Amino acid sequence: MTETPYILQAKNLTKIYGDNVIFKDICLDVHKGETIVIIGPSGTGKSTLLRCLNLLTPVNNGQIFLEGQEITAPSVDADQVRQKIGMVFQNFLLFNHLTALGNVMVGLTKVKKMSPDQARRKALHELERVGLADRANHYPAQLSGGQQQRVAIARALAMDPLIMLFDEPTSALDPELIGEVLGVMEQLAREHMTMLVVTHEMGFAREVADRIIFMEKGRIVEQGSPEDLFEHPQHPRTREFLGKISELYGKKEKK
Amino acid sequence: MAFLEFFVRFLPDLLSGMGMTLLLTAEGVLAGFILGLAATLARTYAGRFWRNLAIAYIELFRGTPLLVQVFLLYYGLPGLGITLSREWSAFLALGLNSGAYQAEYLRGSILAIGEGQMLAARAIGMSKWKAVFYIILPQALRLAIPAWANEPVSLLKATSVVFLIAVPELMTRAKLIASRTYDPISSYLAVAILYLVLVYLVDFVLKWLERRTRLPGLSAVGEH
Repeated sequence: MTETPYILQAKNLTKIYGDNVIFKDICLDVHKGETIVIIGPSGTGKSTLLRCLNLLTPVNNGQIFLEGQEITAPSVDADQVRQKIGMVFQNFLLFNHLTALGNVMVGLTKVKKMSPDQARRKALHELERVGLADRANHYPAQLSGGQQQRVAIARALAMDPLIMLFDEPTSALDPELIGEVLGVMEQLAREHMTMLVVTHEMGFAREVADRIIFMEKGRIVEQGSPEDLFEHPQHPRTREFLGKISELYGKKEKK
Repeated sequence: MAFLEFFVRFLPDLLSGMGMTLLLTAEGVLAGFILGLAATLARTYAGRFWRNLAIAYIELFRGTPLLVQVFLLYYGLPGLGITLSREWSAFLALGLNSGAYQAEYLRGSILAIGEGQMLAARAIGMSKWKAVFYIILPQALRLAIPAWANEPVSLLKATSVVFLIAVPELMTRAKLIASRTYDPISSYLAVAILYLVLVYLVDFVLKWLERRTRLPGLSAVGEH
């Protein structure tokens, strides 16, 4: 195995649905411990990009490397790869027939073949990490949206992923529940979890991200540190987008 | 009351027919469940060959009358050198027929569970079939119960057609009693009452099953 500073690397990724180019020639290097926030207008392929990165959707062209190993190679077992890439969805997608604990445990027992005792201990630990140990025996329908999303984060963390992908994790939440989810994500960033976050939460992007990527119409328009992007955006489209979005969200996110 | 006397007099005879009716129903529902589950999983998740085979099976057995299926198995198969007993013909026809309907009930609830649950399961590294068995089916089967509960009831009543190949079930007994006593009204009335009792019993068991498998927080009658 070749030594590489990158956890995840994407080279010239292209995704096309029919005649529709979702994104084209996307290149991405994610360093270990880095928090990257991807911003941009809706329908610019950010969510599809995340789904391609953990092989839930095949790319039409390009290569993806996880710790230096190509995971887009045909011989790769995609199920193995996905264990190492955590994913959190906009609409939580908890398993409705399982308790919070069951949701976190099921991957450990059925995928990692852990013993139930060991899995329960680990699952409880992960629920503690997101502050929900006291909700372990609640079913998803008995939890608030914010709690459900935190359980979903715990479920992904339990697999000990190399990187976590967040697909608009707070977009489906009531405003007063957004904070608790962002709080958990901030804590993960402080613990140097490698994260790739698609979000419209500019406050989070500004304070937590090591790097911000602005995507539009299937291309990376601009990327850089939060200071660079927020204070000195190079591209006129970046300026325009940030202007609009801070008008919309600005007040709410002042702490 | 004349009918009551009649009813009590022939009850032992009718009860043994009822036993056969219940047996045929139970076997049919069980075989149909296994077949229906296999067919619907093949149709939803398997490759093209198995998908088409499942669709052909479902369409064929939903598209033709049960009686025709019974006759084909009992009178038709011997022409191909396969001779089945009356009971086996009845059991096979009922199972195959019910399987086609159960496949459709199950498919409806699998589709209702949605792509999202599959996506989430795949995202933690489950294979497609693991996701089906550990995530999709436990939810889809629960969801299917209220609609699916029609099937045992409807199959129970449908078993009566097998009297036409003289399987000794409830209807066959009634027919015999009617021709022996020249009292068709009392005979068929007695049988109707027994079917009603059976349907009620089956309904009762299914309602209990539905309550037992209900998920906390999801029920209409709130429990919090």
